[in-house]
Order: sequence, then structure tokens, then C-alpha cells
Amino acid sequence: MLIKNSPAWALPENDVTPEAIYLNRRSFMVSALAASAGVALPGLLEAASVPGKELPSMSRPEMSTSEKLTPYEDVVRYNNFYEFGTGKDDPARYAGEMSVSPWTVKVDGACGRPGTYNLEDLLQPSQYEERIYRLRCVEAWSMVIPWIGVPLAGLLKRFEPASSARYVYFETLHDPEQMRGQRSVFSTIDWPYREGLRIDEAMNELAFLAVGLYGRELPNQNGAPLRLVVPWKYGFKSIKSIVRIRFQEERPKTTWELIAPQEYGFYANVNPEVDHPRWSQKRERRLPSGLLSPNWRETVKFNGYGEQVSHLYKGMDLEKFY
Amino acid sequence: MGMAGAVLNRPGAVRAFKVLVAFMAFLPLAILLSRLVGSGLGPDPGQQITESLGIAAFQLLLATLALTPLKRWTGWVGWLRVRRMLGLFTFFYAVLHLLAFLQFILGWGDVWATFTKRPYIIAGFLAFVLLIPLAVTSTNSMMRRLGRRWKTLHRSVYVIVLLAWVHFFWQARSDIGEMLAYGVVVLVLLAVRVRWSRLLRAGRRGAPSA
Repeated sequence: MLIKNSPAWALPENDVTPEAIYLNRRSFMVSALAASAGVALPGLLEAASVPGKELPSMSRPEMSTSEKLTPYEDVVRYNNFYEFGTGKDDPARYAGEMSVSPWTVKVDGACGRPGTYNLEDLLQPSQYEERIYRLRCVEAWSMVIPWIGVPLAGLLKRFEPASSARYVYFETLHDPEQMRGQRSVFSTIDWPYREGLRIDEAMNELAFLAVGLYGRELPNQNGAPLRLVVPWKYGFKSIKSIVRIRFQEERPKTTWELIAPQEYGFYANVNPEVDHPRWSQKRERRLPSGLLSPNWRETVKFNGYGEQVSHLYKGMDLEKFY
Repeated sequence: MGMAGAVLNRPGAVRAFKVLVAFMAFLPLAILLSRLVGSGLGPDPGQQITESLGIAAFQLLLATLALTPLKRWTGWVGWLRVRRMLGLFTFFYAVLHLLAFLQFILGWGDVWATFTKRPYIIAGFLAFVLLIPLAVTSTNSMMRRLGRRWKTLHRSVYVIVLLAWVHFFWQARSDIGEMLAYGVVVLVLLAVRVRWSRLLRAGRRGAPSA
């Protein structure tokens, strides 16, 4: 028997093609751009019955790739978010059990303005940018996603990091009541999910905090309401549903590094020259990947963002610091 | 076995059982094909297909190994009548799994490096290679030709099931619940055989020598 689950975000297949309308919106935006000093108006996406509140944003073409977007349906139903299960479709099915409003972020460590902040107080919607980034998963597949959010650097500076703050540490919500994956007895993950960046990586102009995608608020399975996007690193660095930011002097231990340090390093820069012990990283399947057209492509060092980030790793042996 | 036993031991019943088992063994493939047509395989269908075929092969291998214990516990010979068929279905799915891996995951690139460097691939590939002689010698004429050696050869299936499980377990990333559940099944299936062979040896020792 063929059972089809239809969660709230799913669209009947004959309903709309969100990315097509979305693309229209983009061309609409280009013309609007000239007229209205760079601020795009909420446009044609209104016609689509895509869930989530619409988020107006400034397009940043110079920070964006012009590659073909991964369709909306794939971006929101093919996820790694082990808090909701290890299957790719588990997050889309179960992330609705998480409540994202109200949401607070605790900021502490070596900074001048620690505290617990309401999410609304951290964000200024008038400053939302849209950036289209490649996302390369460590599992050798990739997507192209239009994110909406704010540069990480700008937000971090508001907390006035001290000079001793050499690293930034992030934590995902830990709430087994809402996150069924955290209730699994056999999980080897020591919750909460933890990630971190060197402060200069965090301050790089590419590092981004996303609150939306495809012109709308983030669906829960994509890390609502606030997630990191560091496009030159493997996807697992882009931590989802962030509740804590800490500035610290010592390098944080990150979740995957704790589970399998021989497989996942702190840096986790996309690098075709350094294989994962269990598979090659030389190539990737750009999704959606068809059966007859597998859509293979060569993986590029730093996921193609070398120009912006390779200086961060000058003199470092990337085979050792993978 | 009384009335039920009398019915079950009719040739027609065993034949019906064979048809039912064959039908069930085709189900994983049928489900895959239906999902393929209905595009229910998601944006990375090659990965899904490879995984599903591998799991089908592993489950069929476990089912094959469960038949002898089932025969001993229930006394019904029907279980043994489907053993060769399930063994061959295991091989069939293993072939498809390997081909899917080569085509969809490797794209026929890096084959040599993959099959020599990656431990979980080596375990899986070894299991597959060891299945080949079992499939080849599954015919009646081969059984006759090999005589007593046939049984010895086919005992390699115990190594195969362990290799297959290791192949599966080494792919776990963070949640090992499913792998452990399969591990328990493998252990039970092997443990009953260890017990039988002990009982058999003890019985031989205890019997008056000729």
C-alpha cells in the first residue's frame, strides 16, 4: 500500500510551482530595485499558498549565486535535523511539534552585553537581506537555497565581544518534549547540538543568520526561527534553531566532532581533497538528482567561496584541520 | 499436529505457501517501483533506491536463516520448501543493491579506491562475493554433485550474515537503535545453531559407541 503523508507545508502537486512564481518575483524585484532604492516589495509570492509569513528583504546579488535554485518542495522536505529523527523526511514530518514563538536566545561568555534576548529584539526586519547560497552536505549532496536573514557579524558586534573572545559557540534547542529525536535511547548524540566558529570565520561577510527561505519565514524543519548559514563549510556546521550564543577563549567541542572526531573536524570546510573516511568528497549530487540524470558535479574547495574565505586558513594544513 | 497439520501438509498448502512467500519477496521491489512512478522517492532517488535494496537483501537473508529454526520449532516442513527461493531472492536483491550503488552513488567513478579503501564497502562486497558460490550451487544437480561438501560450503552463510550486519552497522551515524535491533536478530539466529551443534555433540558423546 502506498501511504502519502501530507504535512502542513506540503502542496498539492497541481497547486503551484513555488519556485516558478518565486523566480517571477525575482525578476519583478530587479525592476523594483531600480525604482525603490534597493528595497524589494512583497511581490508575486502572495499568489502562492506557501505557508509562513512573507519576509520582505533586500536582494544581495553580489553575495548570491545565479545557479538554478533547488525547488522549494525539496528544500523543505529533505533535511538533516536529527532532533526530529535521522530519516531525511522525519524533520518535515515532526518539526511541527516544536513551538518557535516566543523564542529567546541566551548570549553569554566574553562579551560586553550578555543576556537573554527575545528574538524580535535581536532582529530588525527592515535589514533583512536575501542571499542565494550553495549548501554542500557532508553526505555528498548539495542544494542552492535563497535564504533571508542578517549577516552574522553585525549581530555579534552588538553584543560587544571582548578581545579574549576567540571563538563563538552555538547551541540548538534541547527539549525532548518537542523534539522526538532527542527522546531516542539509542542516539549517540549528547544533546544539545553544539557548533562553533573561530571569531574571524564568524565575522566573515559570508557568515549569515537565516530567518527565512524562499521569501518566507523558515519552516521548522529548516531550523526556525534562527539558524546559521556558513556556505563554505559542510552543512552540519550551519546549526539550526539556535537558543544560545557564547563568546569564549577556548575552541568549543562540536557535536559531530564529539561523536566521531576521525570523521568530522571542527573546521569542516568543504574540501574535495580530503575524503570522509567512509566516502569520497570529490563529487556531489546536486539535488534534485534524477535517476537517469544523476546531476553529478565536481565539488569545489570551500564550496566555491574560496575568494572570500581562503585567507582565513592561510598556512593551515587542511588535511590535518579538516 | 492434528487437523491443522493435516491441512498444512497437503501438497497444495505448501504450493500456496511458496506462492505467498514469492509474492512477499517481490514486495520491496514493487514498492520501490510504485514510489518511483509516483515520485515518492524524494530529491535523491538513487540514494533511496540503493538503501532500500540493501535493506531488502539483508531482511531476506535473515528470513532465509529463520526457516530452519522455524521448521524445528513448529515441525512443519513447508518452511524448508521456500529456503532456496528466499536465498536466491537475497542474492537477487544483493545484485540490484550493488548495481544501484555503482550507478547512483559512485556513478562508476572511483570504483577501485572505494572497494579497497572503505571498510564498510569491503565488508558488504565480501558478503556479496561469498553469496555467489551459494547461488551457483543452489540447484539440485549441484547439491548431488557436491554431496557432503555442499553443506560445508553453505555454512558460509553465517559469515555472510555477520559481514552484512557489519556493513550495515558501520553506516550508522548517530542513532544505532535500528542496527542494534537487527544485531539481536542475527545473534538469536546464530545462537540457536550453536546450541543445536552443542546438543548434537553432547548427544553423540552420550550415545553408546558402536
